[in-house]
Amino acid sequence: MSTEVPDGRFERKAVISGVGQSQVGRRIYRDPLDLTIEAALDAIADAGLTPADIDGLATYPGNQEIPPGFSGVGVTEVHDALRLQLNWFSGGLESPGQLGSVVNAICAVATGLCNHVLCFRTVWEASAQGDKGRASVTMGGGGGMYRAGSFMQWTLPYGAASAANWIGMMAARHFHEFGTTREQMGQIALTARANAARNPKAIYRDPMTLDDYLSVRMVSTPLCLYDCDVPADGSTAVIVSRAEHAGDLPHPAARVEAVGTALRGRPSWDQFDDLTTMALRDAAAMLWERTDLTPADVEVAELYDGFSFITLCWLEALGFCGHGEGGPWLEGGARIALDGGALPLNTHGGQLSAGRLHGYGFLHEACTQLWGRGGERQVRHKGGVGGRPRVAVVGAGGGPLGGCLLLSSDGP
Amino acid sequence: MSGAASPGEAVTEPFRILPKVTPENEHFWRGGAEGELRFLRCRACRTWIHPPAPVCPACYGRDVAPEAASGRAVVHTFTVNHQPWIPTFDPPYVVAIVELPEQAGLRLTTNIVGVDPDDVWIGMPVRVRFEFRDDNGYQVWLPLFEPDPDVPSSAEEGA
Repeated sequence: MSTEVPDGRFERKAVISGVGQSQVGRRIYRDPLDLTIEAALDAIADAGLTPADIDGLATYPGNQEIPPGFSGVGVTEVHDALRLQLNWFSGGLESPGQLGSVVNAICAVATGLCNHVLCFRTVWEASAQGDKGRASVTMGGGGGMYRAGSFMQWTLPYGAASAANWIGMMAARHFHEFGTTREQMGQIALTARANAARNPKAIYRDPMTLDDYLSVRMVSTPLCLYDCDVPADGSTAVIVSRAEHAGDLPHPAARVEAVGTALRGRPSWDQFDDLTTMALRDAAAMLWERTDLTPADVEVAELYDGFSFITLCWLEALGFCGHGEGGPWLEGGARIALDGGALPLNTHGGQLSAGRLHGYGFLHEACTQLWGRGGERQVRHKGGVGGRPRVAVVGAGGGPLGGCLLLSSDGP
Repeated sequence: MSGAASPGEAVTEPFRILPKVTPENEHFWRGGAEGELRFLRCRACRTWIHPPAPVCPACYGRDVAPEAASGRAVVHTFTVNHQPWIPTFDPPYVVAIVELPEQAGLRLTTNIVGVDPDDVWIGMPVRVRFEFRDDNGYQVWLPLFEPDPDVPSSAEEGA
């Protein structure tokens, strides 16, 4: 693969130089800033740096109190806790999905604003919900005099309080147009669970059968409980550095081959032009416009599974199969299996079984695989470097959120 | 459309979170008082606009004003929600995106009512039925949809 940096492909001037992650679990009742600092220091050390080297800071979605557990830590808290001396920082919700914050960081180092950016995403949704379930943290939990504004005015009055309803409607349309079945879509959940069994940090590791999947309760048709990711507490951090730093690392860097950030359709859950796909369609198309690599070069895929249908859409949008062909492509699950599959998928267990770390968990896992740190779940690729995969794709977000990265590792 | 609801007919169950009515969306949330399902429409090129915006997305004209649609629609997709999200708003219930015949892509999210959830299908002809809500004088008319008795249909010929 080319290591040249053509004009305009800013992303090749950046690398992922380190990753870190806090304790991950259900209802661990730790301060979200405490979790964030644990992940941040882990990532900084992994990149061979100290906090004094960090001169950029980026996060998604920034600090916000609603819904509870969705964030709770923004750039300000981390900046101050580590007494960072920053040349650039950015936090915010309005970006191409959770990875938009990482793309911002890539832009910042590529344009010379800074050298090393600490990027992080922290959730504590499991503790925030306590024993009261998800309904306690949706807008619907507000009751009383609450009036729905902005986008929520079009859905909340109808009891459509959750993305499970909005994504459920997209899945139903896909099933209707293409004949996709629950048995086919369920392979995403089954594969995630099988992989989670090999990930000591995963939340749900007990085996799941197709019968288990088909017989569990419905949440919002055609999505059942096991199509929905599991709220978790945890923080994930990555360090984005200037490409010149790659040679100084104690391990190979992950090069950023291409980014996908496009949203060419309407930015809406229910007004998007084609409800059998979503914003990720445009982000994925853009990714391949920026590289000579093709889907056939990808050796491991880490694709967002807030709901399993979103992963199916990522697989189609990224061209691993055609639009509408995701169901038959997934049939039986052999293609996406960790052992022997042409495209091992969500190798850590995804958000469905490893926990909803909200996008960043997939980027962490892609680097883990590229760097050969997967332990029992390490992808062994016959063409790879020392058996490790050389090219990974990461996609995060669903509905009107979508962003993706193509990463390569060509180091020793 | 005809048959305006009178204030005495307010529905109180189940509990619904009501939309925040503003000058920009009032035509939509209170058009039901006159039995009309209203959307903004461009006076120049006649494009329907939803959600409301002060500009036509087709010609960028600024002369947009509310206009009544027929109230007929087709179920574009739907989900049967089984999860309790909102107190007293008890599942199962049908959340749908319906598309209006006035313009390709003119859609809204709603509930399909007056039919068993198991009998809803993609392509089903439906028509608007306003549900009048009065929360201590704060009034909205929610456009719900029910099977359209004027359109003979079946799942076999639909979609």
